[in-house]
Amino acid sequence: MSGAPLLAAFRQSLGEAWAGGAGALLPLGFLGGTAVLVPLGIGTDAATLKAVGPGIIWVALALASLVTLERIFQADTEDGTLDLWLQAGAPVSALAAAKTLAHWLSAGLPLALFSPVLALMFQAQASPALLVNAGLYALGSLAFFFWGGVGAALSATVRRGGLLISMIALPLYVPTAVFGALAMSGGPGSTGAPLFLAASTLCACAVAPYAMSAALRLAAD
Amino acid sequence: MAAFARAAEPAIPDPMNSQAPSLLSPLLSGAGLGMIRGERVLFRRVSLSVRPGEALLLRGSNGAGKTTLLRILAGLTRAETGEVTRAAPHHWVGHREGLKPMETPRAHLKLWAEAWGARTGTDPVLTRMGLTRPADVAGRDLSAGQRRRTALARLLLEDRPVWLLDEPYTALDADGRALIDALIAEHRAKGGAVIAALHGEAGFPGSTDVTL
Amino acid sequence: MWSYFANPHKFLRLSDWLAPTFYAVGALCIAWGLWQGLWVVPKDEYQGGDIMRVMFIHVPAAWLAMASYSALAVASFIWFVWRHELADIAAKSIAPLGAVWTAICLATGAIWGKPTWGTWWQWNDARMMSVLFLLFLFLGYVALRASMDTRQKAARAGAILAMVGAINVPLIKFSVDMVESIHQGASVITADGPKMAAVYLTPLLISGLGHSLFFGGLVMTSMRTEIRERRIARLRAASLEGA
Repeated sequence: MSGAPLLAAFRQSLGEAWAGGAGALLPLGFLGGTAVLVPLGIGTDAATLKAVGPGIIWVALALASLVTLERIFQADTEDGTLDLWLQAGAPVSALAAAKTLAHWLSAGLPLALFSPVLALMFQAQASPALLVNAGLYALGSLAFFFWGGVGAALSATVRRGGLLISMIALPLYVPTAVFGALAMSGGPGSTGAPLFLAASTLCACAVAPYAMSAALRLAAD
Repeated sequence: MAAFARAAEPAIPDPMNSQAPSLLSPLLSGAGLGMIRGERVLFRRVSLSVRPGEALLLRGSNGAGKTTLLRILAGLTRAETGEVTRAAPHHWVGHREGLKPMETPRAHLKLWAEAWGARTGTDPVLTRMGLTRPADVAGRDLSAGQRRRTALARLLLEDRPVWLLDEPYTALDADGRALIDALIAEHRAKGGAVIAALHGEAGFPGSTDVTL
Repeated sequence: MWSYFANPHKFLRLSDWLAPTFYAVGALCIAWGLWQGLWVVPKDEYQGGDIMRVMFIHVPAAWLAMASYSALAVASFIWFVWRHELADIAAKSIAPLGAVWTAICLATGAIWGKPTWGTWWQWNDARMMSVLFLLFLFLGYVALRASMDTRQKAARAGAILAMVGAINVPLIKFSVDMVESIHQGASVITADGPKMAAVYLTPLLISGLGHSLFFGGLVMTSMRTEIRERRIARLRAASLEGA
């Protein structure tokens, strides 16, 4: 069994995500929107912004994942591409993982990498901790994309599946959000939390592809 | 519910006719296939098989289950009863072309050649399919016939014994239809087999009908 | 022996008498528990005064919320592996009822919490969060099944989601438990045996039994309806076939 279909799926998904220049807009849009709207909405008190900043970025990551994922599998079911991928000779779970990874690289990771900038705008202290946090955001958003991918695959055949994806994905996002927030809180729970975050992301990467595979085969049925 | 009617079958095997049914084992066969959609029984106890050089035509009115049967043979849909035995790899060209809106024919063929590990160059295939001019036009700007030709072009990327085609003539002009006929004839001459769902079009020479 | 339970006919005969029994015993238990809780037992000032009597609905509802999700996951797994249609019917019936009991738990919890803790809702409380997310899991399951085209697709989609959810429930509970909680610690199931006084414990356990039986009765009734609906649909389809 060769990895050729997986690589091809990965590259196609990357290309799709960046197609028409829209790829770069999504992360930037969320960054820009968060940076501007939150202080306007919550108030410009530095202490408040500093407190809510990390959480807001987690929310932005979660929303970014839901928005991207809504389209990926649904488009494939609609234009017949899914039928071709199911017959491409690679395990469907691996294909689903490859596609999800590609979309994370184009919409999740960039957001995580830009988080230090956003954190500074939310009055955080400039310190190496911001870079560590970027790593944590990257880990967490990976879990968001994989669990969200399960929701997206299950809703692939549903018109206006966005709400359904959110309903399915929200409980699955909770451990990541909790561990992530805990890790950044600096309180008593924060030393072990990054490890738990990593563990729950690993769990997502291990389990979600199989669920996505079952859901995609159901969508094509 | 399923009738297995023989169309034009040569009474005396003609050694000069390379399309005579061969005695080799079937490339793909389905036995006792039945399908339910919701509570509706689409078809029951359908059995069929194709040997090298044969062509099987699925006929029936809209909604009779031709597409579903093809999808079952391809492995996309699970049949309620019965089983499919696949002795050889197959090509699938369905209703929907599998072309992305921003994808050009050239990019489409490159992608699938890469995914299947096929070494065929895309240019000769594009030329053969009459897609030289629109080769770099985005999918959403192509005509329906050009999209169909792009989908059918995949058949030439790799040599696979069985072709599963769902209404291949859709949107094709007279040239396109002649092209498909030629491709199918060449494929069968090389020992390949074709199962196609057709909608009232004339069949291929020496083919068998299965009516749903 | 287990395949005995997979037969819809046998289930219908069993539930003919079992469901009414569950309803009757369940209603009695709930009624007794409520009577004890509302009038007989002394109020516990530490837990909020008279309002803590709502515990006799709130705690059983919480137990049922979690137990019914487990039942949903088990039924889905059984269907996924053995394809017994009755398991799918069970899963379909459990979900909306589980959602209702979870909502009851949340609502009664809020009613209890406001006078006692001064707040309708507390975001960093582990138990509240777990139950809230359980509600979303149930609702998501119901919504997903409803959005599928055919009965078979709904069954498959539901099974996938229920099993993914089941894997996540321990993870969710674990994560939320790490957050500081204002709920009281476990007092019924602890390593040293129940920590609650018997005067409260007995009505609570009886209420719990009552709610479970009543819930079970409702699930059975829902399943009976579903079995008949599917029969009607099949008969209708067959008559349209002219077969």
